[in-house]
Amino acid sequence: MVLAIKVSFLLLFTLFASFANYGFSIYEDQVGLMDWRQQYLGKVKHALFHSSKSGRKRVVVSTEENVIASLDLRHGEIFWRHVFGPNDSIDGMEFVLGKYVVSLSSEGSFLRAWNLPDGQMVWESFLQGTNPSKSLLLVPRSLKANQETVILVFSKSCLHAVSSLDGEVIWKIDLRENSVEIQKIIQLHDSDIIYAVGFSSPTQLDLFQINVKSGELLRHQTATFSGGFSGELVSVSDDVLVTLDTARSNLVIINLKNGEIRILQSPIASLIDEIAGSMEIVPSKLSGLLAVKVNSLLTLVRVKGEGEVEVEVVDKIPGQATVSDALLVSESQHAAALAQHEGSYMHLTVKLIDDWSSNFIDENIVIDNQRGSVQKVFLNSYIRTDRSHGFRALLVMEDHSLLLVQQGEIVWSREDGLASIVNVVTCELPVEKKGVSIAKVENNLIEWLQGHLLKLKGTLMIASPEDVVAIQNMRLKTSDKSKMSRDHNGFRKLLIVLTKSGKLFALHSGDGRVIWSRLLQPFHKSEACAPRWLNIYQWQDPHHRAMDENPSVLVVGRCGQRMDGPGLLSFVDTYTGREISSSSQIHSVVKVIPLPFTDSTEQRLHILIDAENHAHLYPQTSEAISILQSEFSNIYWYSVEADSGIIKGHALKRKCVDVVDNYCFESNDVWLIMLPPESEKIIATATRNLNEVVHTQAKVVADQDVMYKYISKNLLFLATVAPKSSGEIGTTTPEDSWLVVYLIDIVNGRVLHRMTHHGSTGPVHAVFSENWVVYHYFNLKAHRYEMSVVEIYDQSRADNIDVWKLIIGKHNLTSPISSYSRRDILAKSQSYFFTHSVKAISVTSTTKGITSKQLLIGTINDQILALDKRYLDPRRSINPSQAEREEGVIPLTDSLPIIPQTYATHALQVEGLRGIVTIPAKLESTTLAFAYGVDLFFTRITPSRTYDSLTEDFSYALLLITIVALVIAIIATWVLSERKELQDKWK
Amino acid sequence: MEFRCGFIFFVLICSSVAFQSDELLVDDDEFEGTQQIQYIDAAHTRSTPPPSRPTSTRRRFSDPDSDSKVQFQLEHSFGDSDFAPTGLFTARLKTSSHGGQSLTKLRFSRNAFTEEDRKKFTTLLQEDGFYSVRLATNVLKSTGESYVYSSVKARCLPRVELDEHFVIHMDGVNILAVNYGTPGACPFPRQLKLPSKWSFNSLTFLKSGEQAPRTPVLADDILVGETGEGEGVKPPEKSFWAKYWMYLIPLGLIVMNAITQAMNMAEEQVSGQAAGQAQPQQSAAAIQRGPGSSAVRRR
Repeated sequence: MVLAIKVSFLLLFTLFASFANYGFSIYEDQVGLMDWRQQYLGKVKHALFHSSKSGRKRVVVSTEENVIASLDLRHGEIFWRHVFGPNDSIDGMEFVLGKYVVSLSSEGSFLRAWNLPDGQMVWESFLQGTNPSKSLLLVPRSLKANQETVILVFSKSCLHAVSSLDGEVIWKIDLRENSVEIQKIIQLHDSDIIYAVGFSSPTQLDLFQINVKSGELLRHQTATFSGGFSGELVSVSDDVLVTLDTARSNLVIINLKNGEIRILQSPIASLIDEIAGSMEIVPSKLSGLLAVKVNSLLTLVRVKGEGEVEVEVVDKIPGQATVSDALLVSESQHAAALAQHEGSYMHLTVKLIDDWSSNFIDENIVIDNQRGSVQKVFLNSYIRTDRSHGFRALLVMEDHSLLLVQQGEIVWSREDGLASIVNVVTCELPVEKKGVSIAKVENNLIEWLQGHLLKLKGTLMIASPEDVVAIQNMRLKTSDKSKMSRDHNGFRKLLIVLTKSGKLFALHSGDGRVIWSRLLQPFHKSEACAPRWLNIYQWQDPHHRAMDENPSVLVVGRCGQRMDGPGLLSFVDTYTGREISSSSQIHSVVKVIPLPFTDSTEQRLHILIDAENHAHLYPQTSEAISILQSEFSNIYWYSVEADSGIIKGHALKRKCVDVVDNYCFESNDVWLIMLPPESEKIIATATRNLNEVVHTQAKVVADQDVMYKYISKNLLFLATVAPKSSGEIGTTTPEDSWLVVYLIDIVNGRVLHRMTHHGSTGPVHAVFSENWVVYHYFNLKAHRYEMSVVEIYDQSRADNIDVWKLIIGKHNLTSPISSYSRRDILAKSQSYFFTHSVKAISVTSTTKGITSKQLLIGTINDQILALDKRYLDPRRSINPSQAEREEGVIPLTDSLPIIPQTYATHALQVEGLRGIVTIPAKLESTTLAFAYGVDLFFTRITPSRTYDSLTEDFSYALLLITIVALVIAIIATWVLSERKELQDKWK
Repeated sequence: MEFRCGFIFFVLICSSVAFQSDELLVDDDEFEGTQQIQYIDAAHTRSTPPPSRPTSTRRRFSDPDSDSKVQFQLEHSFGDSDFAPTGLFTARLKTSSHGGQSLTKLRFSRNAFTEEDRKKFTTLLQEDGFYSVRLATNVLKSTGESYVYSSVKARCLPRVELDEHFVIHMDGVNILAVNYGTPGACPFPRQLKLPSKWSFNSLTFLKSGEQAPRTPVLADDILVGETGEGEGVKPPEKSFWAKYWMYLIPLGLIVMNAITQAMNMAEEQVSGQAAGQAQPQQSAAAIQRGPGSSAVRRR
């Protein structure tokens, strides 16, 4: 028997080992069962409608997430989409030749043409210039139809003419002379002459006349204006430009008629009743009209530059209002759309520019309050069935969502704010109420049996293609992954997501649908403070006490870009999306520290550090104070000043003296580490995830020996590089570059480990878990990316393996661990080559920490590779002993394997990947992984396969049938044997 | 009983054997590169009695003979008080062949607490405050405008004497960090204990970082590396039994089974037609066979 067990164990082990490499791989028909992906664009910057021709109506948009995409105008679906790199922001976009859309990006470096129907890149040209400057794109109207159009690009102080057919640069003029900053490029009345207008000094205007065909500089004129220029230069009509003078009290009107510069001015006081107030020109293209913002009141002004200055106020729009660019409706008739808020309605009007009093359309549209105000309007016209003009408008809202409005209704909407996620927390769903049966009983037994028969067919591989489709549908339908209640395995969660626009979304982990969304109030409609969203924290997570309370999250923000700007706090209920409370204009917030203590209502204590290094305790209750008092001397934190290379440790000292605030505490600096700024520059830090669970402190190594992991939550990983090589890869020689990694205990500032990689450089991506840290960097000597692992072990406990000591009680296993006790550590390290560069790196986490770990590596092609941690083991050697092999040590290789089956994203891409979050499910074997970037992706990962549960498609019918068959067989054989025995006895 | 006595005796012996002296062996010579951690120098010092005139400025050997020697001052502070000098490190500056400079042979002379210091330290012990030490970052520059410092809860230090432990992390001649603490354990909650002797027992270490191990370059194994499952060396040739035991044992069982069955058949024929007798006999046979083989199927 014992032998048999051994045999089966061996078999199991070999099975395990053979599967270990493919720990995550899934079958083709499992795609979409437990993973989902959503595609987004980001906040729209430019939109071009392509609806004049027959065929599919579409709109091409470019966004702040550097995405260019073509959307279906009817449904808002993506036809095609391209995500540019993070530094490749789009400056302009135009149609050419009626079949291409050209995009200018990277501060005017790249001009690319995309084929409209399918989004194929037709050509790309790299434009070289001299000085950085504004980048402008202009497609001049050609005099004759079917003529090859040129694209004019002003970038890096040079004006380029690019052929629209193949992207060849036809000519190029350097306009750097006289240090003119070109502001506008205009074409006058369909002529061959292009005007480039700019300022060479605050009071001097420069005008260049250039022939489009030859690229010849015809004339260079200058004009001076004593009042000076300031602000944006806006073209009101073909030959009239408007800007403000330096005092911001006069409108400066520049008339370029017949190629001559005439500068006129008109006092603002004549336009507005109250004199005091700031004035701003709203950049827009309204042929004939000028939009200005006076005291945040949108005012439309008609400017006629002919002869004498003629400035007249056309309209003053109260409240939040936005105006679109002018749209040519018919011969010499331009229309513009105006969107303004009136209560819960959005008022959209389309008016003729020449006759502002009449309305083309005047609609009230109900828009969800949580979308905020309208940021941008793009207008498009169409011919109605009764041959009149119809209009549709594309609205970009405050929460970055995109709406298409037509005939007073929202035709479609896209939640494009989700393309710019700041951070994610998860929250459990509510427990199912008693009385409601959890298991939805199948409609009837026959259907259930039929379903299982189909599944059985599938497993026995005798299903026809139609059956396979039916099975797939059934799986998708019957899986209760999108229910709104907690499940036994903990797969269903709410993902609370904070976006850059300050909107919170609750996404269901089953299918990624939005449960609720909320635009946070203190940031909304505040004039004094431009909010910047920092982070989101779990505030209240009731599970033992206070079960009736709903969980809530804390969102922390800051006014403006400065570190000492006033802080903003908001507490949001995660089930309803209701804002429980909020406080704005509080002390500044530099760092938020969630403490490992909760009060009686399960609110987690948080300490917010302000710019003066004062600590503020939240929640502000006396109970919280008493909890804090008992742990007062055990709270430490650190700060990293990357510019000066200083890492500091802080501890709480006493109550604030100068401020009367019970919840304010002073801190003192406990330790300081200073890295020499001439040789080291901090580029990356990593800490352990606070709620990570470690199953065992001991690690049994091959020769029956035990190593104790050095497990401390107070460890900081720090990577520095030589200041010379902190730029891009390839700017320095290997001799001049090095990478130093540190492991620092943040309680007492002890440097546990310091290691130098010579000839290596950043960027460094690191992940810290249990007692190991894995980091990714570039090795200049080997010209390859590398990944290194450092594992730290506690040597002072190493002699506990002595049995006699255990018997006598001399061991220190039960002694409390303190950072002030000096523990000897042993650090083991090993480096491996890795083919890809990395965008993000993360590690799986499970409830109890028993399951082996996988690294989730966001690769350069926006996929997530699940790499077993065993590959990054410092104990790997070329010839591991038999005992080590059994333990699972893989023979040493110089590079880490990339096994295509282990891509967690299988065939999908998570475009613009920025972060990967792992959440433990209740089932020990399973980790939930959520990746965000421009796209969102969610999946379940089982690093050691699902050893603790049957798969969802397990055929219970087969099991039942087998059991029934066995029982029948037993009864039959029993009856037969009885009968035979009886016959034998009668013989 | 005898055994137990012997056991206790054995344990006693063991405990005496297991005792290890915690005395640190002071070696005057530098022991570089020992163990994994590269200790350039370690020293064990006892504090000197308080000097009559406390040194207030950073001193430096000015005579040209010993220009490779550097000194740098240790300063301490009690809680919030200002830093004051309290000891002096002396080290030899070594210039390596490729121009880099490093320190070796660290010596440390620690001033014991003055009467005033003792008072301050006692109050610090009572309020469980921080005792801090600091060093200037560059040992060569006399202008100490930037410092690194480290603190420890004062209650961690007192044992019989005041036990302290310095690790100075160096990068060339720059001090990156000083780690200050007690060599022993200091678990929370910390007990208030006054030292019986107001003198310092100092351990000092100079430490510079280590080099990362080089990435192995295994050109031959790259193909193997792709699959992740290397062949490795072939296991030694096994004996016939070791190879095929899993087949041989069932075979043996079957053979045994067959033999016993054959014997049973013979017995049954012998016992003849007596039905009443056959039953117990058969079961007895089954019991007999029971432990021998579980694979025998009952007829």
